[in-house]
Amino acid sequence: MARMKLDNYVVPAAPRLGFRGWLRWIWRQVTSMRVALILLLLLALASIPGSVLPQWPQNAANTREFMSRHEFWGPLLDRLGFLDVFGSAWFTAIYVLLFASLVGCIAPRAVHHWRELRRPVAATPRSLKRYDGAGPEATDVPVDDAVEAARTALRPRAGILGAITGYRVRVDRRDDGSVALAAETGHVRELGNLVFHASLVLLLLAVAYGTLFTYRGQAIVVEGRSFTNAVLAYDTYSSGKLFNPANLDPFTLRLDSLDAEFSDTGRPLHFQANVTFTDPGAEPVQTDISVNHPLDADGANVYLQGNGYAPVITVKDAAGEVAFSGPVVFLAKDAVYTSTGVIKVPDVSTGEQMGFKATLYPSFAEGPFAVGSVSPNPDNPVIEMLAYTGDLGLDAGVPQNVYTLDETHLSPVQDADGQPVTLRLALGEAVELPDGLGSVSFDALPRYGAFDLRSDPSLPWLLTAAILTLAGLATSLFASRRKVWIVARAEGGTTVVTGAAHAPAHDAGVGGVLERAMAAAVGRDVVEDAGEREEE
Amino acid sequence: MNVTDLSVMALGGATVLYAIAMFAYAIRLARVADEKVAAKAARVVDRDAVAVGAGAPVAAPAAPLAAEVTVASSTPKRSAKAAGIARSTTLMGALLHGVGLLARGIDAGHVPWSNMYEYTISGSFFAVVAFLVIQRRKDIAFLGAGVTGMATIALGLALTVLYKDVDTLPPALQSYWLLIHVSIATIVTGILTVSFIATVLQLMRDSRARGTRWTGDRARFLEAVPTAAKLEALSFRMNAVGFVLWTFTVMAGAIWAEHAWGRYWGWDPKEVWSFVIWVLYAAYLHARTTQGWAGRRSAWLAIAGYVALIMNFTVVNLFFQGLHTYAGS
Repeated sequence: MARMKLDNYVVPAAPRLGFRGWLRWIWRQVTSMRVALILLLLLALASIPGSVLPQWPQNAANTREFMSRHEFWGPLLDRLGFLDVFGSAWFTAIYVLLFASLVGCIAPRAVHHWRELRRPVAATPRSLKRYDGAGPEATDVPVDDAVEAARTALRPRAGILGAITGYRVRVDRRDDGSVALAAETGHVRELGNLVFHASLVLLLLAVAYGTLFTYRGQAIVVEGRSFTNAVLAYDTYSSGKLFNPANLDPFTLRLDSLDAEFSDTGRPLHFQANVTFTDPGAEPVQTDISVNHPLDADGANVYLQGNGYAPVITVKDAAGEVAFSGPVVFLAKDAVYTSTGVIKVPDVSTGEQMGFKATLYPSFAEGPFAVGSVSPNPDNPVIEMLAYTGDLGLDAGVPQNVYTLDETHLSPVQDADGQPVTLRLALGEAVELPDGLGSVSFDALPRYGAFDLRSDPSLPWLLTAAILTLAGLATSLFASRRKVWIVARAEGGTTVVTGAAHAPAHDAGVGGVLERAMAAAVGRDVVEDAGEREEE
Repeated sequence: MNVTDLSVMALGGATVLYAIAMFAYAIRLARVADEKVAAKAARVVDRDAVAVGAGAPVAAPAAPLAAEVTVASSTPKRSAKAAGIARSTTLMGALLHGVGLLARGIDAGHVPWSNMYEYTISGSFFAVVAFLVIQRRKDIAFLGAGVTGMATIALGLALTVLYKDVDTLPPALQSYWLLIHVSIATIVTGILTVSFIATVLQLMRDSRARGTRWTGDRARFLEAVPTAAKLEALSFRMNAVGFVLWTFTVMAGAIWAEHAWGRYWGWDPKEVWSFVIWVLYAAYLHARTTQGWAGRRSAWLAIAGYVALIMNFTVVNLFFQGLHTYAGS
């Protein structure tokens, strides 16, 4: 029974691996196909939690909720990287190893293939009887011309392109006076394979480059207002480690109007932002942005990602002074754009600070039990709001969410019975607050657009890598492996040409190639075979 | 009758025809198996006869040949009749299926692959078309029962469970990429479905050949199926086409995502699963050429890839939250 003994002490004659030996051993393991295969399977397996569990980069709100709902599992999974799978150490380790394996496999193969390409094609076999043959056919064409014609038919283009796309050929003048042409293709297959794998590396490099030099930001712009491309103007902004915010191109984008079309049933049909784009030092340009049609703004793309209503609200304080006036961005909660928003009024001339929690119904309707919006269109806009007085908590210096009201130091405004007062305003109306606190009016209802700006300088590289990947892959799988031989011999006053071809069993096209080469050699027309059906 | 009714009726008709075709293909398979077994038995009997009748050596060499000839001619290929019915009903079914699809497209005013009902009716159509196209070049009737069976189930489910009235396209889908990205994805599903059936048959045939499973008389239809090696070669060619097209699907999807959402890749559940499918089929292609993995193990990888494809289409659409949510509606 053969038993492998790896222990060097047991087999004293066996060489010790040593440090370099071990490195070589590890490298050989990493670059072996078996390990590559296991890494591929691990990659597939490791991706799956990323679709099942909520992920920080994809949906922070859901992930936070998951964390608070699962007191034990939440933080544990988070610590282990399961809530950011694609940024986790183990996922990174898998694909880094996989790419190491890929490079280690492909680099030697590329060298080998290069040598192989420079090696001449194998000579034509002495006897072609083993292969599917053609001929012999007699012709008046001289021997050399016949072979040359066949050669041109098999490799129509000269130069490097011809070398890549055509057959590799070799012509031998044999002792018996015949001239033999050996042609083969199949080197393209390996070339495609190498291009495919190299392009995957290029793809990864392009992604890395993009990650370092990208920037993206979100900004909400109300109709009639403008946005200037600067870090401070964004509601959220993030950039790659090597991107310099000073490089932001200071263009301005004015939202002239936002069209939102809905079907009768309330399904969205079309959203379009009509904007005026002004590059510094250039004439303003009027254009539009819609879903699937971003605006190209000097290398950055501007996407329309959302929209909603931003009611213009004016609040007067007890002294009758305007304490707040302007559009307030409301967030749509459902398909009929029932939207909620918060109005914070810190700058009152007298009395306490005021705050409002408001709900907008674009098409208000009152049923027997509930109120609601019947359509996303602003057919009958009504705002209902609860008023609060007290301390908004803005002076603490802690950044606040503009969409929520911190009620810890606020008390609701109450009516004579001690019930919280719900104010209801239709568009254009104003109502007095109880106890002479002031008044609120709903003056106008512009829409807003939520824009995403993104610049990624790697996109052209990504596209190039993607196209190369696809081309390489298709070539490596579909390019044929064929050998064609043509032998011409002078017999009496004529030239006799015989041919043969060899290809894998499923390759039915090789017969046609042989026929074309034969026809070219003999100088006759190609005979088209009726496509024969392969039988299993 | 309006276009909506036409579409539904044509698809209903196609379902029935596919069901008939499935039975016809199954009967054909059984009969071909019977004929092959009978032929084999006849040969064996003959060989025995030769062994016994060694006293008459002159007549012996001709006997096996004669027996084969009689077997072939005495049963006027009962399987051929079933094959004829199967082929014509499949073709008619595909025709009706095409009409139903076209009518749906005209009715909706956009390509018929914008929600799950529409993916299902177009995906099953492409599966049948892929089968018919390959069938023209190569006799793959042994896959017929599987393909028409799956088409019957898919269409039946589509018409009963998944059915949705036509609706306008949401703004997110108003792009020519819907034509490119989703159509190729649907065609890949069709091709890989046919390949999946070939792979399943490959594994069953292989088990029967080894005598491990599917050895009984109930799996005798496997005698009518080519050898595991041939089935592997067949499914590999379909998987290769499928893999290239899937690569294209993922890339086209990335370009569309860049246009629509401002990022080419965001690990949305649909994207995660598209990636998993790609990696699994890539693993399959590598496994085919790796010693110890070629054959059964690589076949199982192809099956895993197909299961992931179906997961991406069903579970991810229905249960996972993501940007591709309109797919579930």
